[in-house]
Amino acid sequence: MTDQAMATAQRRNGVDGLAPLARRAERVVLPLGALATGLALFGLLLLALGKSPVEFYALVYKAGFGTAFSWANTLSRAAPLLFAALCVALPARLGLVVIGGEGAIVLGGTATGALGVWLGGVPPALALPLMAAAGAAVGALWIGAVGALRHYRGVNETIASLLMAYIGIALMNHLIEGPLRDPASLNKPSTVPLPDALRVGDIPGLDVHWGLVVALVCCVLSWVLIERTTWGFAARIAGDNVRAAQVQGLPVGRLILGFTALGGAFAGLAGFFEVAAVQGSANASLAAGYGYTGILIAFLARQNPLAVIPVALLLAGFEASSGLVQRRMDLPDATILVLKAVVFVVILVSDTLYGRFRLFAPERWRRS
Amino acid sequence: MIIGQDALPATGALAVATLGMTMRFGGFTALDDVSISVPAGSFHALLGENGAGKSTLVKCMMGFYHATAGQMTVSGREVQVPDPRAAHALGLGMVYQHFTLVPSLTAAENLVISRRDTPAVIDWRRERVALAAFMDRMPFRVPLDQPVRALAAGEKQKLEILKQLYLGRRFLILDEPTSVLTPDEADEVLGHVRGLCAAGGITVLMITHKFREVTAFADAVSVLRRGRLVGQGRVSDLSHADMAAMMMGEARLPAPAARTGQPGATVLALTGARALDRSGLKEIAIDRLEVRAGEILGIAGISGNGQMELMEMLTGQRPLSAGAMTVRGRPYHATRAEERQMNIRYLPEEPLKNACAPRMSVAENIGFRSFDTRGGGTRFWLAPGALRRQAEALVAGFKVKTASLDAPIAALSGGNVQRAVLARELTGTVDLLVISNPCFGLDFTAVSDIRARIMAARNAGAAVLLMSEDLDEVLELADRVLVMSEGRITYETPAAGADIATIGHHMGGHA
Repeated sequence: MTDQAMATAQRRNGVDGLAPLARRAERVVLPLGALATGLALFGLLLLALGKSPVEFYALVYKAGFGTAFSWANTLSRAAPLLFAALCVALPARLGLVVIGGEGAIVLGGTATGALGVWLGGVPPALALPLMAAAGAAVGALWIGAVGALRHYRGVNETIASLLMAYIGIALMNHLIEGPLRDPASLNKPSTVPLPDALRVGDIPGLDVHWGLVVALVCCVLSWVLIERTTWGFAARIAGDNVRAAQVQGLPVGRLILGFTALGGAFAGLAGFFEVAAVQGSANASLAAGYGYTGILIAFLARQNPLAVIPVALLLAGFEASSGLVQRRMDLPDATILVLKAVVFVVILVSDTLYGRFRLFAPERWRRS
Repeated sequence: MIIGQDALPATGALAVATLGMTMRFGGFTALDDVSISVPAGSFHALLGENGAGKSTLVKCMMGFYHATAGQMTVSGREVQVPDPRAAHALGLGMVYQHFTLVPSLTAAENLVISRRDTPAVIDWRRERVALAAFMDRMPFRVPLDQPVRALAAGEKQKLEILKQLYLGRRFLILDEPTSVLTPDEADEVLGHVRGLCAAGGITVLMITHKFREVTAFADAVSVLRRGRLVGQGRVSDLSHADMAAMMMGEARLPAPAARTGQPGATVLALTGARALDRSGLKEIAIDRLEVRAGEILGIAGISGNGQMELMEMLTGQRPLSAGAMTVRGRPYHATRAEERQMNIRYLPEEPLKNACAPRMSVAENIGFRSFDTRGGGTRFWLAPGALRRQAEALVAGFKVKTASLDAPIAALSGGNVQRAVLARELTGTVDLLVISNPCFGLDFTAVSDIRARIMAARNAGAAVLLMSEDLDEVLELADRVLVMSEGRITYETPAAGADIATIGHHMGGHA
């Protein structure tokens, strides 16, 4: 082999070694860049209000991640956010933008509370799985209906899921103020409180309920489903080009129904844990906006169920710090909401940048 | 912009010439030292096969590309065209193969909004008066107040040309302007264009590969082959055979792959099949269509006469409202299980758009047929290693050029995407192959490669249904030819001894 051929071969090896890394890097660098840009823009907003961004972010860090207590607070908020993000990420792999997870959360929670009243005498080992299944089933039906509307009637899934979220919240309010109301709940209409035996406890040694563990397992299983099974592969084909999937004879309709229903089931589980582990009964606190924060998390995570985990922790930390920054810095209570909105807009803009950078596209390296 | 000299004449046709125009893409020379001269008021044809460099040349002239070397003059003045806007400012305009009109707006609205100086608030009364005056000066007209979508293809193409004139363009490049027109419409449109040239209003450079149109309408012709100018001359001095010889050069096209074996039993049959077309207003009606094993059934027709819908019916994307589709006598609905069991494969047109997941990798795209199979059954867990090994073998076997198996398939060139899809669809036993415009936009080598593969599948006993807008392709490959027009099969003939003129009339719906 001549020197020149050797040099070419070495250069090629170097390029081929870097290529897979570069391809993956785009999916990490761009969202992180967008997040940083969003935080910086929000910092400018704070400056305009005469507040210190440095103090703000220091407080967010302290209240969200600084102490064992703040970690416990963050982690217990993370569970519903993880579920809610999966409700966005799974349909997204089929190319569907479902933003109404909130509806599945509140109805899943309502179903849990209602069933819990009936199951008072049943052993917890049987009753809790039944309640969880009920919450998941209601969520699956709710978001699965969005998928069915989309597939069979061509109704836009984004609008349908959003509007159905309002219907879901109204339905919950009707039920907990009417047929399911505990007469003893005077100023805050609720279902009858669950007996202690039917409450989900904390993870031993942590001030965090078991929902976090279940949510993490669901994230990992969702990733396995998408990346390692033939169903996930079929869904990825359909999500990237539905015409190609149809030509391959893939059951696009069943995939849409399955993935939307699974996403809805996860959101329903979020409702189950909110009722069985946090609230103790179904009430209006279920509509806490987890479903909407889940949208932001899923988009930041590029709809990857594993990437959802760190992003959900970060956002849970923001939420956990909300009260502290408001009090300490005398900011309005919508502050964290504005921060999330700024980050979300930047994330959406960053979506247009994919494929723009030669650095991340090894097949374009040699042409320069 | 004009370099160093006086301004262009205010009216009348422009003369345009290129001098040593060269365009390289990396190591590939798409255009090599091409000098052509189009005198004012002439109708010049630019001939060449796909990939000969015709589009590259006109894109350099219009400022879409920056030529690696070479100059251009307009009416004797040296000009630089950094972008299409600069070309427009000089009076150069282009009419594309496909329409660039807004379908929901009227012709008048399309004309007015195409102007660069259209004000934010349009004074329609004044515009209408101006348009009427403009139309009076034109040798032909189109209805101005109907939405463009209601116009026939020929009318739309006339409107495209009117638009260029309305915008003050005096040198028009027509890029295969008749490919979506019937022969009669084509003659009418080109006749008008010829008249405008003769009157000295415009100069035309027309890209085409139809000899008939060159002979009937052009004054002079330039022929490109593999990026080089290989011949020029007055049309009156050249026969079709001369032009074909220039286009093909010394290297004869590889002889069409040999046809062996006789057609066998019927594989695919459509009887009384009905479905709505794209617009939902018209019906696609296939009374009887049968494809037999070991034959290629070619369906000729002008684009937009229901071929796309027929493909969708065959792939299960468009439900039948009546009639039946059977494969080997059994009802067929294009499910994955049926496709697998009966060895049915598809090559839709524009494979990147219709047969690939563009953001997924080359290896994954090649695995679409096999990712869920294990022996005769199906599998739940993916086997990435096996997919990769299969892709490696097929990429080598079908000569797919790709930087890596992990590159997104959208990064490949058109010919290589088509090769990857062929590799996927032609692997294993194939009993029925449904194909639509397989060679559209591909270069010489890819085309002959792909046609040979299709013929090989036929010779191996597959039933092949080939829909193509390229009549030459249909006649080269098919055993039997059907003509599709207005959503119906209107004519059938054996390919051997088929009369092109008769086929042409049926394609235009005039028989």
